[in-house]
Amino acid sequence: MTEGGFWQAAYIIAALAVVLSIKWLASPVTARRGVLSGEIGMLFAVVGTLLRKEIISYEWIAISFVAGATIGAPLAYLMPMTAVPQLTALSHAFGALAAALVATAEYYRYAASGTPITGFTMGALVIETVLGYLTCTASILAFGKLQEIVPTRPMTYRGQNFVNLSLLAFAVGLGVWMIVEPTPAWTFPVFVALSLLFGVLLILPIGGGDMPTVIALLNSYAGAACAAMGFALSNRLLIIAGAVNASSGFILSVIMCNAMNRSFTNVLFGAFGQVQAGAAAQASTKPVHSATAEDAAAIIASARKVIVVPGYGMAVAQAQHKLRELTDALTKRGVEVQFAIHPVAGRMPGHMNVLLAEADIPYDRLHEMEDINPDFAEADVALVIGANDVVNPAARHDTNSPIYGMPILDVDKAHTVMVIKRSMNPGFAGIDNELYYMDRTLMLFGDAKSFVGEIVKELPAAS
Amino acid sequence: MNFSMSNELEVSLYVLVLAVPLGLELVRRVSPLLHTPLMSLTNAISAISVVGAILVAGSAGSPALSRVLGCLAVTCSTINIVAGFLITDRMLKMFRKKEGGK
Repeated sequence: MTEGGFWQAAYIIAALAVVLSIKWLASPVTARRGVLSGEIGMLFAVVGTLLRKEIISYEWIAISFVAGATIGAPLAYLMPMTAVPQLTALSHAFGALAAALVATAEYYRYAASGTPITGFTMGALVIETVLGYLTCTASILAFGKLQEIVPTRPMTYRGQNFVNLSLLAFAVGLGVWMIVEPTPAWTFPVFVALSLLFGVLLILPIGGGDMPTVIALLNSYAGAACAAMGFALSNRLLIIAGAVNASSGFILSVIMCNAMNRSFTNVLFGAFGQVQAGAAAQASTKPVHSATAEDAAAIIASARKVIVVPGYGMAVAQAQHKLRELTDALTKRGVEVQFAIHPVAGRMPGHMNVLLAEADIPYDRLHEMEDINPDFAEADVALVIGANDVVNPAARHDTNSPIYGMPILDVDKAHTVMVIKRSMNPGFAGIDNELYYMDRTLMLFGDAKSFVGEIVKELPAAS
Repeated sequence: MNFSMSNELEVSLYVLVLAVPLGLELVRRVSPLLHTPLMSLTNAISAISVVGAILVAGSAGSPALSRVLGCLAVTCSTINIVAGFLITDRMLKMFRKKEGGK
């Protein structure tokens, strides 16, 4: 490491920029500066690397850059905001594949050069390989589930955990063997295949509603792969960026698990979300109060305080813009409208906030669960749009319920509860929701977007 | 097996043990409002592994197979970088505090 200090200086600046980038993201006021800082960090990292003297050919690298940018830019610009979870999953898949390909290339570079590889470097390569390939296939499958190309229900079969664990044990065994001594040529490709397969098996038993946790976890793996690459190449910039990333994904998935009162093991292996036959059958027999848009408009118009609870159903129906119209109309009449966001509403952490921001709803109206829960008691109307399990009161008292103990939004404490829902089908957890059968609950059956639109139209003329 | 540590490795481990708590602390401070942009931003940043990709793609010592894989890796991480940063910025532009304000 004697050749010129320029790239080293560039790496140090890049590391600082990455750290500042996350720091500035803490608040919406400075967040865009955070993105800029991240971009500057990336620029320094890339330029610094290109100026290292071991880089001798540029043509193919330049072509690869152009190819990547040509694919990446339309992805980011053409995807609708509701598709952000899918896009993030896809983007993870590419990033993880890149890390895995680098590990593979490094492995074959050592193999070709004949220089013995130290156990430690090989260990880093093994970790990078397994995390990279696993995250790649897992992200692709997660993308498929989010895009609903692949069925979102968990896919399970008997002995699934046994098969998975045996495969994992086999892969770990191979990995250790490769670290301890030089192995036959077949071991590395087999190890790669196992990692790819393991990523698929990991996601199969996970249902659509658990995606927020899983995407955060995959983010963490991608970061860990990056840090492992840093060890393999003795590159501290990669270690810093990778570690910051891995901890970010880890914290987010812990937040998601806590918000559901479930453990990691339960999310990953619990196959949560299979319809419980009993509950589904029972659902159709109990009476509910349903109402028309006109009834709903009359009640909302005379309210003083309305709390809106959006869920994944709002995203599916793209109802956020109509919701904005309703908010405007009500605000003009002097009705106070607030939004209550459950941490796991939607398909990725913070999903609802992005959609409501897209519809131009100011973010100081969006409230976290702990902050808004005391307000429900004084709300005249709680309007639930496409949310289900996160407002199920059974989580508080029914010890038999699969969601027992999960923190929920206290919608049932509001004076009147309105639920916009397509049908009486149970939500993601596959359980019935007693909220729907309360006397104070009005069920508004229909597509969320058109129903909110109708409510806006039916609002009685302002006095 | 030899358990003595090289200088290189020792420094790398120091960096790791400092970077992990720093990352945890930084991320804990991010408002839940911005968790989606946080994910896409860290996603873009994790593509800093493009550094490793460039090194294997362009180095004199790499065999042909490694260079091809390296170039593929450069393409993949560039997709990740470009898509990650652009979508993060697109999202953040939408967050507004005041009614109708820009």
